[in-house]
Amino acid sequence: MKKTLSILCILVLSFAFAATVFAENRLRMSTTTSTEQSGLLGVLLPPFEKANNVKVDVIAVGTGKALKLGENGDVDVVFVHARAAEDKFVSEGFGVDRRDVMHNDFILVGPKSDPAGVKEAKTAQEALKKIAESKAEFISRGDDSGTHKKEKQIWKAAGIKPEGKWYVEAGQGMGPVLQMAFDKKGYTLADRGTYLAYEGKIDSVILLEGDKTLFNPYGIIAVNQEKHPKANYELAKKFIDFVTGPVGQKIIAEYKINGKQLFFPDAQK
Amino acid sequence: MPSTKSTENNCFSRTHKSREQPFKESPPLGRRLRYRHTIMNFILQGFRDAWSLIFSFDPAVYFIVWTSLKVAVLATFASSLLGIPLGILIAVRRFRGKSILQVLLNTMMAFPTVVIGLIFYGLLSRRGPLGNFDLLFTPTGVSVGLFFLALPTVVNLTFSAIQGLDPRLIVTCKLLGATTYQQALKILKEARYAITAAVVVAFGRVISEVGIAMMLGGNIKGWTRTMTTAIALETSKGEFEFGLALGIMLLAVALGVNGMLFMLQRGRT
Repeated sequence: MKKTLSILCILVLSFAFAATVFAENRLRMSTTTSTEQSGLLGVLLPPFEKANNVKVDVIAVGTGKALKLGENGDVDVVFVHARAAEDKFVSEGFGVDRRDVMHNDFILVGPKSDPAGVKEAKTAQEALKKIAESKAEFISRGDDSGTHKKEKQIWKAAGIKPEGKWYVEAGQGMGPVLQMAFDKKGYTLADRGTYLAYEGKIDSVILLEGDKTLFNPYGIIAVNQEKHPKANYELAKKFIDFVTGPVGQKIIAEYKINGKQLFFPDAQK
Repeated sequence: MPSTKSTENNCFSRTHKSREQPFKESPPLGRRLRYRHTIMNFILQGFRDAWSLIFSFDPAVYFIVWTSLKVAVLATFASSLLGIPLGILIAVRRFRGKSILQVLLNTMMAFPTVVIGLIFYGLLSRRGPLGNFDLLFTPTGVSVGLFFLALPTVVNLTFSAIQGLDPRLIVTCKLLGATTYQQALKILKEARYAITAAVVVAFGRVISEVGIAMMLGGNIKGWTRTMTTAIALETSKGEFEFGLALGIMLLAVALGVNGMLFMLQRGRT
């Protein structure tokens, strides 16, 4: 019995010790779920980590929370897709050195039968108007993510205030919302990466793509050291230079899921 | 869809052979039947995945298990160290407001984990009062949150355990001239089963919670990702079978720890 007890004690102490030992050079980055879940960071980070002998800690959350973490100085660099919110973040002095990195696009996804006749629409506004008129079910992210922000922006442009039983606010990530849209035979606005990842699991189809308003640019911003002296600006700057430099941009351009390119580099323009 | 997709995408970025696409080949027998079919398939696949996960000896998977264990054991140990004496003290002493304290402790046991996570986020954030310790997004930070989750449980259950003892015990001890320390030891010995139960319950609560681990750990791959946050991530990506497999693994780990505690308890009699 004493033996078991002492083993337990040693175990606990080693846990406590192990928790304090790993304090190497780390760069903290908050980013949107789409960059991590698409698998892009899995190929983009290792070369940087190796070259600089650092570890990049990725905190993948919604865009709203990702920027909030930057505001509070809990991360060193922010990698998101919400241009208006990003500009506000910089103008309020929380971030510096904002750079364009890449873009992908949003698509309007819905059931094959297409009850609202979205297929005939030429623009995103027109498509949403048709959905609202026919009161076909529309699943919204409802979580203040970049995708949700884009959706609200299109509703506003179309002059519609989406309300009613047909407008479902899920409050969840892109994956569950796509799943829900499929289960409810509803429409939703999705980013292409997540949709491609789900393609085999749901049989919702792309009904609208290629409209300029559905363009989705990603930006990277370093957290301002003047606001948060503990932020690791030096490393953040190095990372920004890497991602927007030739090596990082090449990795982004060459990243494919099922043979399809997901992100289109923007920094070298 | 080629089966390689899931390998790039899962949270361990490691190959999981023998994974199929259960949603793909459902028979067209009406929606309900099809749904049942997928559910059955998915549970079976979950068990199959759990099996190969445990016996793959994949270092990435075991690191997640290790992180989970580390933070949970540390939190349980620390909260027992403080909570058991506190519980004894509250039970033995008579003071004003004791019943109010008891009601408060009972209420604390209903604390939503996400709220504890939020409170500690505010405290540990670089903007917060404890920001200088750099505990946010580290395993130690998670442990701190879990410690406060477990504490009311340990105090409360220890308190109840001692209330259930024969009141003559303490009187006898006092009459025989035992010191406070000796009395406490005697009480511990008499109530050992119920107190072990308190520790077991606390451990169960901390290893299975996800709100604190997500909020304070940030679900950082290879650093603060625990089994529960990995499950949440895989589920949000639509990898339901894999999430289930991790859940089964978590239960297996809990079985191991509880087995150890049981041996400890048995050894004492």
